[in-house]
Amino acid sequence: MALMRITSPHAHNKQSTSDVMKLVLLATLPGVLALTVAFGWGTLINILLASIFGLALEALALAARKRPIAFYLKDYSALVTAVLLGIALPPYSAWWILLTGMFFSIIVAKQLYGGLGYNPFNPAMVGYVVLLISFPIQMTVWAAPIELLPASVSVPNLWDSLLIALGFMQFPSVDGFTMATPLDLLRQNNALMIDDLKQQYSQFGQWGGTGWEWVSLGFLVGGLYLLYRKIFTWHAPISMLLALALMSALFYDGGSSASSGSPPFQLLTGAAIFGAFFIVTDPVSSAVSNKGRIIYGAGIGILIFLIRKWGNYPDAVAFAVLLMNFAAPLIDHYTQPTTYGHSKKSKS
Amino acid sequence: MNKIWDFHGGIHPLENKTQSLTKAIVTAPIAPQLTLPLSQHIGAPAKPIVQVGDQVLKGQCIAEAVGPVSVPLHAPTSGTVIAIEQRTIPHASGLEDNCIVIEANGNDEWRTRNPITDYTQLDKNTLIKIISHAGISGMGGAGFPTSIKLNTRDDIAIDTLILNATECEPYITSDHSLMREYADEIANGVAILAKIIKPTKILFGIEDNKLDVVDGISAALAQHDFAALTGLATEAEVITFPTKYPSGGEKQLIQILTGKEVPSGGLPAQLGIVCQNIGTAVAIHNAVCLDEPLISRITTVTGDAVNQPCNYHVLLGTPVEFLLAQSDYQKNQSARLIMGGPMMGFALANTAVPIVKTTNCILAPTEEELPTPPPAQACIRCGMCAEACPASLLPQQLYWFAQGKELDKLEEHNIADCIECGACSYVCPSNIPLVQYYRASKVDIRQRKVDHQNAELAKERFDARQERLQRLEDEKIAARKARQAAAKLAAEQRGKEDVKNAAVEAAVERVKAKKAKGVQESPAAKESENQANIIATESDDPIARAVAKRAAQLAEDAANPENKLIRAIDSAKQRVSKSQTRVVDAEANNDENLAIFKQAAEKAEAKLASAQQALIDFRAQSSAQE
Ligand code: SF4
Ligand code: SF4
Repeated sequence: MALMRITSPHAHNKQSTSDVMKLVLLATLPGVLALTVAFGWGTLINILLASIFGLALEALALAARKRPIAFYLKDYSALVTAVLLGIALPPYSAWWILLTGMFFSIIVAKQLYGGLGYNPFNPAMVGYVVLLISFPIQMTVWAAPIELLPASVSVPNLWDSLLIALGFMQFPSVDGFTMATPLDLLRQNNALMIDDLKQQYSQFGQWGGTGWEWVSLGFLVGGLYLLYRKIFTWHAPISMLLALALMSALFYDGGSSASSGSPPFQLLTGAAIFGAFFIVTDPVSSAVSNKGRIIYGAGIGILIFLIRKWGNYPDAVAFAVLLMNFAAPLIDHYTQPTTYGHSKKSKS
Repeated sequence: MNKIWDFHGGIHPLENKTQSLTKAIVTAPIAPQLTLPLSQHIGAPAKPIVQVGDQVLKGQCIAEAVGPVSVPLHAPTSGTVIAIEQRTIPHASGLEDNCIVIEANGNDEWRTRNPITDYTQLDKNTLIKIISHAGISGMGGAGFPTSIKLNTRDDIAIDTLILNATECEPYITSDHSLMREYADEIANGVAILAKIIKPTKILFGIEDNKLDVVDGISAALAQHDFAALTGLATEAEVITFPTKYPSGGEKQLIQILTGKEVPSGGLPAQLGIVCQNIGTAVAIHNAVCLDEPLISRITTVTGDAVNQPCNYHVLLGTPVEFLLAQSDYQKNQSARLIMGGPMMGFALANTAVPIVKTTNCILAPTEEELPTPPPAQACIRCGMCAEACPASLLPQQLYWFAQGKELDKLEEHNIADCIECGACSYVCPSNIPLVQYYRASKVDIRQRKVDHQNAELAKERFDARQERLQRLEDEKIAARKARQAAAKLAAEQRGKEDVKNAAVEAAVERVKAKKAKGVQESPAAKESENQANIIATESDDPIARAVAKRAAQLAEDAANPENKLIRAIDSAKQRVSKSQTRVVDAEANNDENLAIFKQAAEKAEAKLASAQQALIDFRAQSSAQE
């Protein structure tokens, strides 16, 4: 056998980028499970269709760019984007919504910039924001938690859910089937005490929103698992959650609906936990150093609160993330770690 | 107990050290032929002092050091020099270099040795000289001449001597087995080092995966009275710290043991620290106490492609394949052959290359053991590399800039401080050969520096040349102008010429007449001279004035030809002095055109001489006429 001539190091950690992506996919499971239990099959159908579109679009783009398709598909990054977008979109989203979203995620936000690693913005969030701006009505209709459905409304089964998404079946237009989310309610109401709101709307749960609490918990479990597996460091997600909690604590006045809710409510409602562990941790579009990631995460946390409180959209995670994506290069510039031998200590 | 610090990053690769530690050190047989590269150290290659056909004895010097940064080379065994030629050397490049090849005669016969019984009586310089003559260069890392490292400047006080027994690379156990079996020699080497550099602290650093040797080393060190050796309250201490790659890097070890960082681009000596490898300590012991130069070392042979991994006491110059054969090497299972460890070692081009002073390990892994890395995927900026980097760099950014060949950015991001430890490549999930990029970029940066210096030089030369050309051009223009002015004047004169000619004729007539009549004056000539003088002094127009002046001169010349000759002499004199100053300047500035200027000066002198001669001739003539 001829001797191989490659340069050091000769030993490598076994973990590959594909493994990282697969672990991320695995870690979404508890959250997805909670979403399905809480809101029905819609999210799973979202994920299924988004994945098919995502892989097809990625393959197309790679073919157009004359890149080896199988090699790049195997990095699983397109699948991760698809799953994340599928989770973020309202359950039972129509196929064309998913297709449009994936088009902007994969083609515009990722491949046009040069593919994985070169995209300055989080692809899933680009897709999400484009949809939110283009189709505000469809994007703000969120299925009601199953446990709150009136007895007369039956939850679509898996097959029906698929038919709904593909447009072969009407979305149950029964009033009770969709509901405003707790965040919407809080924004729409200003003059009430939160306790009154809770009385009035069953969407509010013990801490966050009904069903949402479990979803957030599910993503928290997945996120902590990734943290344990050292897929990312704690810096960005924890600083984001801390910043969000701090901001809401700062503005919380004990219970009026104008104050945007208590810290636990802010953390356990909407996409905060999901965003912290699955979106903010996207390495490609975030700041690179640990110090930088603390700033990056904190920025997102603060922006989420500001947009939730004063903005006009159902949730703020996507906007906050994209805004901080913008700032990431600047953060990088100012947070370069001190190289060995360059510290003041060594200079003196 | 000395406090220990942590360093940023680091990794925990599989250690794979036990395989080669099951046996005691084996003395390898003498290979039939030993190949000794003249350059096994950093610095100038040694110069052979033997010839092909010479008989040499074991330990005999066969090549001497050239210049200050160099070390000599000695025959590892007795035999015949059979070649001094280019052979493939153990280097990442796979290049050839000059080697002395010795055919062993099997007697292994020593030259006479004069061991020193009591080194404590020797002074620093004598000890350093012994070390330098023994051909000792660093045996752990790059192979820097040890004597230079020890010969610290007097104005820098060294208070800490660090012994590097870390051996953080996976697989390698040569230092570990050295400590198991040569504790006394190590301690003795440490004592000699202490005698030379007189530290107040001796820190002996060991990773905590080698705890079995700590007692032995401590006991051996305790045999020495370091305080007496240095005349200070010196104490030696064995310090263990958590195993983490690359804690054996000099900079990292210093950080672990002292909490200090070696300034970027600086040396440990600036912090009052000297760091030595324990293999070097043993070599120093051998050189001083046994009068044995550096001709052998301990080398680990390991990896799944050898059936009997172990440590060898092996003569320098032994071919790798000879050593591998001792360990029952399975060639067909060996995918690559690495000199050094899996993190920083380099792949060998062939098995004929020799063991050299820095060879601590020959690693023969199978493909399953160290698989061929899969093709690199895109950098996902996960930051694992930055987490792992012991130099606190941002490897992903460096990679980004290296791809774009942005050398300025690379320098800004301190690529120079990368120690090429490979931790970043090790952890990179996308399997990007990061270190390879950095090595290439460092070469590019070095090249650019050289190019830059060359360009500066070229520019200076170009500027000087431009200046010279400009000066010549200016002179030419001035000369042309003068000629043009003269021509113009001549043209103007031509009108007057007729008058003048007539005047001259008339004058001639008159002279003739004068001769006849005895009249002395030449009123016509005088008149034209006066006229010109008036214009020369009174006109407002400078050109007219110049022209008139020249005309006046010409007229004067016509009247008195001697003037012209005198003026010629004056201008020749001026030219001579000018050309001479230029020669002096040129000499001062080392101008490359010195020769040309000298020639010009000689010419000017010759012209002056001829002008003077012309005047002399003229005067002689006119006096003869009169
Ligand atoms: S470890 Fe590899 S993929 Fe991750 S940031 Fe560094 S270079 Fe990029
Ligand atoms: S090779 Fe250089 S950049 Fe990579 S970890 Fe080591 S010091 Fe850092």
